Amino acid sequence: MLTREEVIKIAGLARIALTDTEVEKFQKEVSMVLEYVEELKSVDVTGLEEVAQVTGLVNVQREDKIVEPTDELREDILKNAPEIKDGYYKVKAIL
Amino acid sequence: MNYEFLELTELRKLLDEKKVASVELTKYFLARVKEHDKKFNSFLTVCEKEALEQAKEADDYMASGGENPFLCGIPFAAKDLFCTKGVRTTAASKILDNYIPPYDSTVIRKLKEQKAVLIGKTNLDQFAHGSSGETSAYGPSKNPWDTTRMPGGSSSGSTSAVAAGLVPYALATETGGSIRFPASISGLTGWKPTYGRVSRYGVVAMGSSLDSPGVMSLSALDAAHLAEVMAGRDEMDSTTGPQPVEEYAKNLSANIKGLKIGIPKEYFIDGMEEGVKQKVTEAMKVLKGLGAELIDVSLPNTKYGSLVYAIICPSEVSSNLAKYDGIRYGHVTKDAKNLLEVYEKSRAEGFGDESKRRILTGTYVLSAGYYDAYYKKAQKVRGLIIREFAEIFKRVDVLLCPSNPGVAQKLGHAADDPLFGYIVDQLHIPSSLAGLPAIAFPCGFSRPVDGDTPSMDGLPVGIQVIGPQFGEQQVFNVAYAYQSVSDWHKKHPNI
Repeated sequence: MLTREEVIKIAGLARIALTDTEVEKFQKEVSMVLEYVEELKSVDVTGLEEVAQVTGLVNVQREDKIVEPTDELREDILKNAPEIKDGYYKVKAIL
Repeated sequence: MNYEFLELTELRKLLDEKKVASVELTKYFLARVKEHDKKFNSFLTVCEKEALEQAKEADDYMASGGENPFLCGIPFAAKDLFCTKGVRTTAASKILDNYIPPYDSTVIRKLKEQKAVLIGKTNLDQFAHGSSGETSAYGPSKNPWDTTRMPGGSSSGSTSAVAAGLVPYALATETGGSIRFPASISGLTGWKPTYGRVSRYGVVAMGSSLDSPGVMSLSALDAAHLAEVMAGRDEMDSTTGPQPVEEYAKNLSANIKGLKIGIPKEYFIDGMEEGVKQKVTEAMKVLKGLGAELIDVSLPNTKYGSLVYAIICPSEVSSNLAKYDGIRYGHVTKDAKNLLEVYEKSRAEGFGDESKRRILTGTYVLSAGYYDAYYKKAQKVRGLIIREFAEIFKRVDVLLCPSNPGVAQKLGHAADDPLFGYIVDQLHIPSSLAGLPAIAFPCGFSRPVDGDTPSMDGLPVGIQVIGPQFGEQQVFNVAYAYQSVSDWHKKHPNI
């Protein structure tokens, strides 16, 4: 089973605050999934490449042209922001 | 006149012949939603005002003469993963509870261009993480055949809405069973496209190498019509294939004489309910009776499908859901002292258990030291599965197999079982990993093994046809052939 420290570490990487109860819960549950996939380790995949794109498309490109957003679009996007100031996203101090 | 459960060609005819107007039709379905949906919890948002405006526009367009687009004036619903400009899109999560997209997803845009009428957004497993509908942050949807049971997920609300006749069809998505499983246990016809046949642009992402937007519909004919509109290359989704879109509906043929249909033995899994097995076997006989050649085949790597998926899906989830950080949109915590806490607490408050579990699992298997053993290995075994399907399709035209190991289960089983989805979807996941097109459709009823059901005939059983990549036409044809000699798809629950 995953240790407390391991779960706390991955939760940190994933930027999710967990309560103590949750750490315990996910220790069990993530471990269950890892145990479930254990059998894969014994599959022989010699000579096989990893597959990430199933239909075989390669390097699909389009022209790199800038489309200026309309004021209306800018407004619609910013309406969703929790906090804005002078048309910018407002965040907590970084430094 | 009743309009529920009419197929799209019938609705088209009524509209074209001016026997009903789009506004009237839209009001009719909105009224059905209002009257019945308390029982099913299919809809998260009903957009009555916008729908009536769109219906009015459709009526004006139809009055102007000329040929009407096929979907013009016909109401539909969309799984709440499809971004809809100006209409709240939640992914059934709390973190996107207040999100109003500034744009339409490509599929929605295409439907709007046809002047189809969006009446609302449907419930789902949160971020499509689940197979029962129970991980929704807004409560589970109910199966219209028996409201103590799940409609299946993750496209739960699209399923219950169409199955209850609250809307003629609904957009859905599948990553590893989320269309075929619910369609099968709710008596519907669900199309899961070839990966890249339908654009993912503007559809809230789950597993980007798998996500396939499709439909929950009443028949193969309806699905073929919808596929024609939805499919095609899209500059906004570089994984869409350049293959031309066929006229699937026009080309439909019920003549399957001589068609080679493979029956993979691995899909008759241990623990499959006897009644389900029996109905599937009967359906196979029907297709044989229509002149198809049934050929026993073996796909031994099927058993690895769910294991590969249990690594790849959470990996892609953890990366896709990293963007929900409380800064640009979505839920933000009220209780943060610094930027790190904004991220950590907004995400803790906004995601449900299932999403957290997938993010954590994905983060773990992608983290330094584990990447090769899990993710890379899974991607290689995925290659093995793809190759196995490709080999089989040299010998047979399509595959035919069971789609649900059992009938709809009681609600309450799934929410806390981390493996529920990987088990119930083991009949869908391998083909999803290989990007194959499939259609699931009803083939009878069977009585549940976990208690009784008020539904007189028992509960729906489904069967599925899987084709080679971009082989949608063949897949539609088989379902269409079956539905031209059977009427299981015309059975509907008393609600």
